[in-house]
Amino acid sequence: MVRVEFLGPIQKDPLALEITNLNELAKILQGDDELGEWLKTSAVAVNDTLVSSLECELKDGDKVSLLPPVCGG
Amino acid sequence: MLELYDGALDVPAILKRWYEEEAKSNYGAYIPFIGTIRDEDSIEGLSFDVYEPILISWFNSWQNKAKAKGAIIKMAHSKGDVMLHESSYIAAVFSPKRRVALEFIDAFVEDFKASAPIWKYDLKHGERIYAKDRSTAIQGSGILS
Repeated sequence: MVRVEFLGPIQKDPLALEITNLNELAKILQGDDELGEWLKTSAVAVNDTLVSSLECELKDGDKVSLLPPVCGG
Repeated sequence: MLELYDGALDVPAILKRWYEEEAKSNYGAYIPFIGTIRDEDSIEGLSFDVYEPILISWFNSWQNKAKAKGAIIKMAHSKGDVMLHESSYIAAVFSPKRRVALEFIDAFVEDFKASAPIWKYDLKHGERIYAKDRSTAIQGSGILS
């Protein structure tokens, strides 16, 4: 299982998915109406490291995080 | 050094402690930046969510850049609610000479605003409202869309 977390203001409970790469995750989340515009504006981290492409394999126990636009300070 | 606090920062205490920690480290410059909540748009205060694992790795990458220039960075940030005229953020650079510290504090604070995984909410009429219009998408966002 891969755990998918939605951080900050994205009001959505974590998911546990049987997926093997980020392309599969993209397809699942694109069909999720709850996410609306968040997919366009969110960055993605795998095991707490930001990634810049979908060419990323996932294995059991991995964690994917979606990070919406930030504003610290 | 990265410090996270629940609620407002005790600015005088933090600045004093940081000063004393480095008083004998032979740094010629200590340049702090302090972020304070202003009274605007009828807010009662701000509130913050922080994602610590990525904040720590982001901060450590900047600390390594500072070290390469003989400098160090210290940073403190609030979690949760911070009310008007209180402070939620301090960043400080210590360096042998002023020019490195002045340039570094500018670059560091700008990247902090654009990249640090912290989310800001306005506290208004008892509600916590995401500051969407003031937020910046992290570089590389949108790959899942």
